[in-house]
Amino acid sequence: MISLEHVEKRYPGTASAAVGDLTLEIDEGETVALVGPSGCGKTTTLKMINRLIEPTGGRIVLDGTNVLEQDPVQLRRGIGYVIQHTGLLPHRTIRQNIATVPHLVGWDDERVDARVDELLEIFDLDRELPDRYPAELSGGQRQRVGVARALAADPPVMLMDEPFAAVDPIVRGRLQDQFLEIQDRLRKTIVFVTHDVDEAIKLSDRMAILNVGGVLEQFAPPETVLREPANDFVREFVGAERGLKRLALIKVDDIQVDPGPVVAPGAGADEARRAIDAAGFGWVSVVDEGELLGWVDHQALQGCVMAGEATPRRFSAYVTGRDSLRQALDSIVTSRTAVAVVVTEGQHYRGVLTLERISQEILA
Amino acid sequence: MSDLLAGATTFLSQQDTEPLIRWIWISDHVDEIVSRGLQHVYLTIVTVVIGFLIAFPAAVYASRHRWAVSPITSISGVLYTIPAFAFIFLLLPITGLSLTTVVVPLIAYSLLILFRNTLAGLDSVEPEVKEAAIGMGLSRRQLLWRVEVPLAMPVIIAGLRIATVSSIGLITIAALIGRGGFGQFILDGLNTFFWTPLLVGVVLSVALAFAADLLLLGLQRLVTPWARASGVRAVAT
Repeated sequence: MISLEHVEKRYPGTASAAVGDLTLEIDEGETVALVGPSGCGKTTTLKMINRLIEPTGGRIVLDGTNVLEQDPVQLRRGIGYVIQHTGLLPHRTIRQNIATVPHLVGWDDERVDARVDELLEIFDLDRELPDRYPAELSGGQRQRVGVARALAADPPVMLMDEPFAAVDPIVRGRLQDQFLEIQDRLRKTIVFVTHDVDEAIKLSDRMAILNVGGVLEQFAPPETVLREPANDFVREFVGAERGLKRLALIKVDDIQVDPGPVVAPGAGADEARRAIDAAGFGWVSVVDEGELLGWVDHQALQGCVMAGEATPRRFSAYVTGRDSLRQALDSIVTSRTAVAVVVTEGQHYRGVLTLERISQEILA
Repeated sequence: MSDLLAGATTFLSQQDTEPLIRWIWISDHVDEIVSRGLQHVYLTIVTVVIGFLIAFPAAVYASRHRWAVSPITSISGVLYTIPAFAFIFLLLPITGLSLTTVVVPLIAYSLLILFRNTLAGLDSVEPEVKEAAIGMGLSRRQLLWRVEVPLAMPVIIAGLRIATVSSIGLITIAALIGRGGFGQFILDGLNTFFWTPLLVGVVLSVALAFAADLLLLGLQRLVTPWARASGVRAVAT
């Protein structure tokens, strides 16, 4: 979709190139993060794609044509662009801001209005907002308008320069989640710049880690970068807690869940006791036709003939298949039962995750 | 010039015998007041419009090519320092007693203010707003007319207000060559030791300056509805 071939940017009067010789192939529909320390040329690289910065060498091919041979104004109208401080036009209402590119490319008013309404809906923006000016909005709202505006003319490619850096961490987290949700539906080809490794790990399909001078150190999915950092630079850049960061990327659904000790309410108490001893957790889950009732231990089973006579206690926390292993780990270390219980939506029992199982996954 | 001062001194010594305002003079001179007023307004508009037509492109050019800022500022600064009397008398041999003789110095004086304010206005547009606009695919021309000029409007109009008000005041001096709008009444009053036209001239030119200022302020409010919004910030995200 986008390929950078030996791209170079050299400013006159400087000894070293801002970007030396960068080759990068970005597939259609994927989200690529450009990350690296300051001076690594990540923003320069991004801005060369829509020619806000002119490369001094190499080729950038977008959808089969060299962008350097296109009219830059026309080129930019076909590429969504989001910047850190949103750059909303302060003298235009939210509706007018979002409508900027559709108007530039000559959509009629009716189509523009319909599109703006659709985007306001997608971005969960208040019905009263469209006629306000940017200064009347909160930082989070402005950021969403910035992204909505970039998507307005439905460009296949989006470039985002530190899109969520200007808002506080709570709002940022929410915006990132929303971004993932929307990208899941739209499948745009997205290149974004961030200095935040965690943001790159969370949002990207592949991350390009750049060193000073635009040297590409590693270009791989976040999971690979965390598991097998290409070199010391990458290892240091992604920082400590690589294991934990990887856990955040793996969903419970992605791994095999242990069945765990299970007993039906109709089973004998002896059977329950045997299950407890066999598993070594000190308790057994009571599952009635798939529905998880809770857990019982030896004490609860005292004097019972059937397992169902004991009152099962509820697990303090559950995880579902959509949670990450990091959340499962949190559930393990904070629960008295020392395992994470995995259920489907609607309390259907699926099994348990233990600390051993999770560390196996990291070591794999 | 010394005649004028002598006249003024004589005039001041006669003030006890002459009432401040002779209303009958005003009602006798309505037509003249109106025609001088129209001349005053006309001269003001010509001055400010031509001044702006010169200063605006110069400011746009300078905002794109920074090297031009300092020479343009210097030239308009030098023009600004030429005394009005001297300027008019210097032009007399060339342009005679025409309106041009009046308007040229006035335009020259307006240039510094109009240039500096227009440039300051264009410079006040935040770089990220411009970057986003270019990134979305606005051409240079669209950037200027759809983004930079609208956002510079408050500062540009502030410059127009100063230039207009100071032009209205300065035009009275042009009465020296018979082209001074309300200034003619001031000169007549001084020459004939007569309070009424002097006061009429002063009051009306001040009133005209006020009215023009208010009008431009109203225009600014009208073209920058967004500027009022910037005071308010929503709390919700």
